[in-house]
Amino acid sequence: MSLLIKNATIVNASKKSSSEKDILIEKNVIVKIGKSIKADGVKIIDAKGKYVLPGLIDLHVHLREPGREDKETIESGSRAAAKGGFTTVVCMPNTNPVIDNCMIVEAISKEAKRVGLINIIPAGSITKGQKGEELTDMFELKKAGCLAVTEDGMSVSNSGLMRYAMEYAKMVGLVVMDHCQDSDLMGSGVVNEGDISMELGLKGDPGISETIIVARDIELARYLNTSIHLQHISLARSLFLIRAAKKDGVKVTAEVCPHHFTLTEEAVRSFDTSAKVNPPLRTKEDVAAIKKALKDGTVDCIATDHAPHTYEDKEADFDHAPFGMIGLETAVGLVVTELINQNIISWPQMVEKMSATPARILGLENKGKIEEGADADIVIIDPEAEWEFKKEEVASKSKNSPFIGRKLMGLVETTICGGKVVF
Amino acid sequence: MAEWTKHSLLDLKSLSVEEIEMILETAKSFKEVSSRDVKKVPALRGKTVVMLFFEPSTRTRTSFELAAKRLSADTINIAASSSALSKGETILDMAKNIEAMNVDAIIVRHSCSGVPLVLADNLSASIINAGDGCREHPTQALLDMFTINEKLGKIKGLNISIVGDILHSRVARSNIWGLTKLGANVTVCGPSTMMPAGIEKLGVKVSYDIDAIIPESDVLMLLRIQKERQDDKRLPSIREYAKIFGVNQERLRKAKKEVLIMHPGPTNRGVELSAEVADGEYSVILNQVTNGVAIRMAVLYLLLGIREPVSA
Repeated sequence: MSLLIKNATIVNASKKSSSEKDILIEKNVIVKIGKSIKADGVKIIDAKGKYVLPGLIDLHVHLREPGREDKETIESGSRAAAKGGFTTVVCMPNTNPVIDNCMIVEAISKEAKRVGLINIIPAGSITKGQKGEELTDMFELKKAGCLAVTEDGMSVSNSGLMRYAMEYAKMVGLVVMDHCQDSDLMGSGVVNEGDISMELGLKGDPGISETIIVARDIELARYLNTSIHLQHISLARSLFLIRAAKKDGVKVTAEVCPHHFTLTEEAVRSFDTSAKVNPPLRTKEDVAAIKKALKDGTVDCIATDHAPHTYEDKEADFDHAPFGMIGLETAVGLVVTELINQNIISWPQMVEKMSATPARILGLENKGKIEEGADADIVIIDPEAEWEFKKEEVASKSKNSPFIGRKLMGLVETTICGGKVVF
Repeated sequence: MAEWTKHSLLDLKSLSVEEIEMILETAKSFKEVSSRDVKKVPALRGKTVVMLFFEPSTRTRTSFELAAKRLSADTINIAASSSALSKGETILDMAKNIEAMNVDAIIVRHSCSGVPLVLADNLSASIINAGDGCREHPTQALLDMFTINEKLGKIKGLNISIVGDILHSRVARSNIWGLTKLGANVTVCGPSTMMPAGIEKLGVKVSYDIDAIIPESDVLMLLRIQKERQDDKRLPSIREYAKIFGVNQERLRKAKKEVLIMHPGPTNRGVELSAEVADGEYSVILNQVTNGVAIRMAVLYLLLGIREPVSA
């Protein structure tokens, strides 16, 4: 059945349209955009007063399937994504077993298709079993449906192997993403190394664990003339390096997470394990630097690093609770509240960082934009709606979020994926 | 004296100067109790105190147990290994189960910072922190302050040097909070790899040269270098630590006549301090242990006792 969105204020990365238009969708394609489109036998959605954006694309999500279906499944994660306005997510390979061969990629794709809500693109691991020893069969991963590889959860510590990974991935057409963190420097750190770790006696992760790998990856990308995508950047100093590299013509892109521009290390003062995340929450100077980098374009994407964990796992003491927080359902609210309403970025910039650029990085030519001929992946947001993130309304299987109870602006009203209303 | 209002003793960071002084003052009367033939007062008769230790401890556990017993409280000891918790039970769950048996206080030690705070937030029993991770060990610092005050008659204005692995030391952190509140000049001294960056923000001076600080120190508080921590490679060797920071008679020649040598124990003789120094004229290490019981009696009494003058 066809869909007609009436009175839409369309927001693309290029601009927010100044007048309301109608969008006609047939099957999974936007066929027509114009004033007062007439169509018979179509389902009509009135978007009066709402912003209509291309479906959001999250480059960084943990769906936990296979292996930890008690934390999240492809189905529950798809629901959480749709509720959060995401129509495409890239799921990280640190599952059990690791996404390191085509069989697992195919199994995930099959399940994603059965669920049939949103597009799920698996990221393969860089090394077999994430052991940091041998490269995965990247050609086969690509053929099975991976668009990217990453060792997320850690870096490939062997720089020689990382070099080969970047060269090889370029040949087979896979995006290389890196979780920038030197594991020796990180040690058993659980919070940012600084005033909080000093005072609370918690083990600190020094920021240089990130910046050293950022610098290494930039140098590798420069030398090899390949591109690299740096995941969940958390530090002012990393952004300084990335800014300089971009200026120098290095093909580096970077993502940041909403929690890293919303919270500081102060959030762990009460030993709240829901604020234990990796990389850790940093200082207010880092938060300010992230906002500046979002504004000036040093940061290309906003990704959630949605990391579901059960209540039982998070109930452990601070040292032993796992890293991570869920993020799919709060991303829009946090971006609107913390960035757009604070005049850090505009609505078109939000589209750029949460849809257009992620689509470009992944090579998804028909996504990330609302125009005739593009995929009918669309999110309708009420920019004025204030809402509270309530635990009992969380769609994700896990509820580990320090934002529970927080009031946010910008509510996802409808999510359309492939021409189908999925939320 | 002002009224005691706190329900739990979690750290010295959150105690006021008056509260610290009240504990030290209360401990004075209880010290006398322990010197009697019959070392017992009925102050906490009918109260139940549980010691929940997730880390091995001889000194602190025994000290708390004696303190509780000398106040006539009933005590239970739980040496909780992490294995007891591997059956799916969390610390909070375990503590709630213990509390459900109507206990009045839980004295907890855990290898992770913050555990006593989480228990205090979720339970109604009084929680006493007997050491949490690298964060705080409030009763140790209180007994240290009591000992300094007893031996030198004051704390305000004294130069107190804490020497050793500051990074991993909950004793150091509690003493820093407590001593600076009472007006001491605190210097921390130790290997650069064991010195947390920004520690000056807590109001202390930092030194890497023990010989430079010895002459001006009224108190040298030496911390245990944990040999088992050597796997994190912060020190080339224990031998070299002893050479750079170990306190021996030779080094003490430049010390003040009335310098106090303190150590929270257990000591590594020949590492932080030589046997001669540990057993020597300046050492108050055993006084610290004695005073520990009085301090813990005072803490238990203030937290659990009826609000009447000490029936000592």
